[in-house]
Amino acid sequence: MAQIFHRSANSLAKVSIALAVFALGGILWAAYRIDQGSFITDVSVVKDQPVPFSHKHHVTDDGIDCRYCHTSVENSAFAGLPATEICMSCHTQIWNTAEILQPVRASWKTGKSLEWTRIHDLPDFVYFNHSIHVSKGIGCSTCHGRVDQMPLTYKVNTLYMEWCIGCHRDPARYVRPREEVFNTAYQYPPDQETLGKRLVAQYKIQSLTDCITCHR
Amino acid sequence: MGHKLTLDALRQRLKGASGPQYWRSLEEVAGSDEFRAFVEEEFPNRTPDWKDPSSRRRFFRVMGASLALAGASACTKQPREAIVPYVRQPEEVVPGKPLFYATSMTTAGIATGLLAESHLGRPTKIEGNPEHPASLGATDIFMQASILTLYDPDRSQTVLKDGYVNSWGNFLTALSAAREAVDARQGEGLRILTGTVTSPTLGAQIQEFLTAYPRAKWHQWEPCGRHSERAGSMAAFGKYWNTMYRFDRASRIVSLDADFVAPSMPGNLRYMRDYTGRRRAAAENSSAEAPRLYVAECAPSITGGMAEHRFRMRAVDVEGLAGALLASSGGARERSILKDLDAHRGASIVIAGEHQPPRVHAIAHALNQRLGNAGKTVVYADRVEVNPIDDTASIAQLAADIRAGAVSTLLILGGNPVYDAPADLNFLEALQKVKLRAHVGLYNNETAAWCHWHLPEAHYLESWSDARAWDGTASIIQPLIEPMYEGRTYHDVLNILNQKAERTSHETVQGFWRTQHQAADFDDFWRIALHDGVVAGTAFPEKTPPTATIPAAAEPAAARARAPELEIVFRPDPAIGDGAFSNNAWLQELPKPPNKMTWENAVWISPHTAERLGIATGDVIDLARGGRKLRGPCWVQPGQADDSLSVHFGYGRTHSGRVANGMGFNAYPLRSADALWNASGVEWERVSRGHEFANTQHTQTMEERDPFRTGTFDEYHKDPEFATPAEKHVPPGMYMFPLWPYPDHKWGMSIDLTACTGCNACMVACQSENNIAVVGKEQVAMGRHMNWIRVDRYFSGSLDDPEMYFQPVPCMHCENALCELVCPVAATVHSKEGLNEMIYNRCVGTRYCSNNCPYKVRRFNFLLFSDWQTPSLWGLRNPDVSVRSRGVMEKCSYCVQRIQEAKINAEEQGNRRLKDGEIATACQQVCPAQAIVFGDINDPTSAVARLKNQKRNYLLLEDLDTRPRTTYLARLRNPNPEIAKG
Repeated sequence: MAQIFHRSANSLAKVSIALAVFALGGILWAAYRIDQGSFITDVSVVKDQPVPFSHKHHVTDDGIDCRYCHTSVENSAFAGLPATEICMSCHTQIWNTAEILQPVRASWKTGKSLEWTRIHDLPDFVYFNHSIHVSKGIGCSTCHGRVDQMPLTYKVNTLYMEWCIGCHRDPARYVRPREEVFNTAYQYPPDQETLGKRLVAQYKIQSLTDCITCHR
Repeated sequence: MGHKLTLDALRQRLKGASGPQYWRSLEEVAGSDEFRAFVEEEFPNRTPDWKDPSSRRRFFRVMGASLALAGASACTKQPREAIVPYVRQPEEVVPGKPLFYATSMTTAGIATGLLAESHLGRPTKIEGNPEHPASLGATDIFMQASILTLYDPDRSQTVLKDGYVNSWGNFLTALSAAREAVDARQGEGLRILTGTVTSPTLGAQIQEFLTAYPRAKWHQWEPCGRHSERAGSMAAFGKYWNTMYRFDRASRIVSLDADFVAPSMPGNLRYMRDYTGRRRAAAENSSAEAPRLYVAECAPSITGGMAEHRFRMRAVDVEGLAGALLASSGGARERSILKDLDAHRGASIVIAGEHQPPRVHAIAHALNQRLGNAGKTVVYADRVEVNPIDDTASIAQLAADIRAGAVSTLLILGGNPVYDAPADLNFLEALQKVKLRAHVGLYNNETAAWCHWHLPEAHYLESWSDARAWDGTASIIQPLIEPMYEGRTYHDVLNILNQKAERTSHETVQGFWRTQHQAADFDDFWRIALHDGVVAGTAFPEKTPPTATIPAAAEPAAARARAPELEIVFRPDPAIGDGAFSNNAWLQELPKPPNKMTWENAVWISPHTAERLGIATGDVIDLARGGRKLRGPCWVQPGQADDSLSVHFGYGRTHSGRVANGMGFNAYPLRSADALWNASGVEWERVSRGHEFANTQHTQTMEERDPFRTGTFDEYHKDPEFATPAEKHVPPGMYMFPLWPYPDHKWGMSIDLTACTGCNACMVACQSENNIAVVGKEQVAMGRHMNWIRVDRYFSGSLDDPEMYFQPVPCMHCENALCELVCPVAATVHSKEGLNEMIYNRCVGTRYCSNNCPYKVRRFNFLLFSDWQTPSLWGLRNPDVSVRSRGVMEKCSYCVQRIQEAKINAEEQGNRRLKDGEIATACQQVCPAQAIVFGDINDPTSAVARLKNQKRNYLLLEDLDTRPRTTYLARLRNPNPEIAKG
């Protein structure tokens, strides 16, 4: 029986095998990039909100503390989103006719809640607790970034498990003194390694990598 | 199975040394194929959808696709989610932190204090109120399951007039018109029908109405109320005294058909606590006297399971035993009991059950007086019911008056007389003669269907009300949530009648208590009563009744000793009660203690009688009595009295809801006013064979030779090691790698089988706490029910009259967990504190873990069992526990959400050490017997560590060296040496 393929087909076969490996690698790499990219993670993505609330204005310009609005961050799993009442404690006096705040006034008048879009949205099988992180010296900006510089809020970290675990495995790299937790401009000192180790011991921080720490 | 040869063979097998010491069912003793299938395959019926011949090629195609997609499934993008803050945030509400409110629930009118957990205004879990005397922190199955009733989508939601949607406003007009129509005749023709009422406020409201309209009448009918108890007290003392028992002071107890640890007995949670407390104390301390319980009963009950000596007899024969005890006559058995009682004068109890006739109650009163128990272990006080009357006579009178045309308006407050009134009254036929009939109730039930008006009742978690506990303690019922539908309370309806329709039930209840506490500090008094859940000092003081007189026996004793006659016995169902909880899927799927049956009832029949009549399990028979009949399947029940058939109420519903309709058969048609609890002269006829039950007695079977260990208190104190013989121990040091040291916490659980009664409260509590799904009858039959903690029931001894033992089995949290070794995706792993973690979002559903688990405590979501669709059920779920989806394994987590919360609280409070008892698992918290104790084994002073140090502590399947963290304390008994083992 005569040869079906020409001799050169051998090289063609070798090349296509090599190409297939590269192509597979390329697909995996692309998939990884998409998974890490903001299309999936929503990192740096600003979302529609009923009111274009500016943390930058309220925190940096007005000097309002995080806890003025996020009232339960120190004692509950949920940091708390301000009730309309909290908004209105100032906005009955200032900007009380601004068009932009109309939804807030409407909520106050009708008793119907504002519906904010969640920016930091963990899957439902993850049980995150704010208060324990705050009491162990994990600052707001460690996870949420420089919210005080955000005119519109977006998230800066993926909130992927590998990201959480990075700190849970080695909290010393991210812990700060408790009194600095709400300091959004906090800079880690050059000797973070020694300070971190000291604080981990002082605050009795365990490196919690048991699954049930977050999943139950 | 039904024919003589087989049963005789089984009897021989049990007598011989080759038979098992502990057995689950007749099928196990017989070694039937069905039983072996469950032992060998775990899910023997799982493969109908696999039977088609699937080629290897197809297998690879499916597996390849699954593998490719398994990675992709992790890349989903989160859907948009809204955060909806308050407009005005209530001061005490912290989002993410639950609040607990004291309230109460009534069972047949009698209150038990509860604490209800609320997440952002949404009740999610019921706990007992530790400050309430009837609860002391414990609850029963009905209280636990009542939270599901609140969210039941089948609950009545709107006012109905002639079946069409209407409004409360129109009802107000209609009821007011009916009242005005009888104004001139002082209310003649207007009747109110309620269940047992202990609510002081409702009592005052009804009284107010009856004062204004003296010829109106108030009828009562409680299908499973305290009929005989009241009549017995009337017979003995000429007055209705409330009899209460102090089991903490009793060393010898004789129960005459009294199932005093079951929910049908008022005060049962307290009784269980007191009685098992004595047993636990005697196990710990050899100088403490162990109580001894004699039970005479016809159908096996959990009280009978606790008994040292259970006398199996027809219900009608209990009177003979009681009479013999009173007359000091009878045989050796009676003499031995009397001798034992005499040796414990003032420290014994003779307790008669509701299901016995008044004369037995009178005899019990007389015996207690003679033995010096009255005032010591048996205490009397004023009745707690507002107006206790003879319910049977009352509803019979109502039916007769209707037939005589004397009733123009009937207002039915709760209850379901069309379904549960004595059948000989033919209540439905009478009811249709009333010109205006209105029904207020939680469900649009059989009675509502025949009423002109149906008004939705507010659930107790939506209501302001009050009620008295079994000892008279007034308990306030306060709402946790606004009525979800148009529900209102009985107080609202009475306010309409009393022409105060604008008054809310809150104002009514508070107003009543203002009249009871006329002091300047009322606001403080009210606040404290709400906070504590009890009105302090309202328990009724003890009183001393006169000497009991015994009514003459209805028929001479000689007549009762006649030839065997079939008797039929009526009881509330052990899982769903008298029918009020029929539509509760948690309770429907709860295995009934003696036979582990779910989703239906059966005619229980003893092996001997089954043999005599040629009946086998699964035979459907017609039972006829007095011209009425029912049709139900038979169940051959070891421990059932010969010639006695038991049937249970609550099933055969037609207008209950999607869960209950069509399940089981209705037993009420055979119940007549003259024979509320048992009757003779019943005839039977076989209709068919082969009815299939959904039964859990074979599912999740461990291959443990001695799963249950029992001995006597004396044996134990002489030979403490009896439960853990040396040959069971595994020699230490057989490991290739050193064991993990568990330096910090080391969680463990101890389950005391001496205290456990098998009441099932732990199962429902776990279901509520951990968002466990129900699966339905067909899936239960396949062994797929989901309860994380199961209560195994073992029989021991003879086929006809065995002892019955219960053993709760949660996850063992083995240190050498076999499930972890085989999981290909590390979805089940060990925590640093020794918890066997189950990570749902990692699980791919291979079920290898479950296959490898020797204790069979893992549960697999074969289908989408969790209801994600019904909006009302979303509110029910515990927000701290994931709701599992299809294809995921799950199991007991030791309530890890509670552990985490307690640890976080402790660390936030200056890194303090966790206190022992700070963490209670749901099963532990609910347990009325305090049989389940959880804690840190590393802390030698912790309760669990001390219990595990007791010599009767043993491990299940110890020889596998799984090092389980859940261990058992052997059952100890205190039999009377003079009475031979039955």
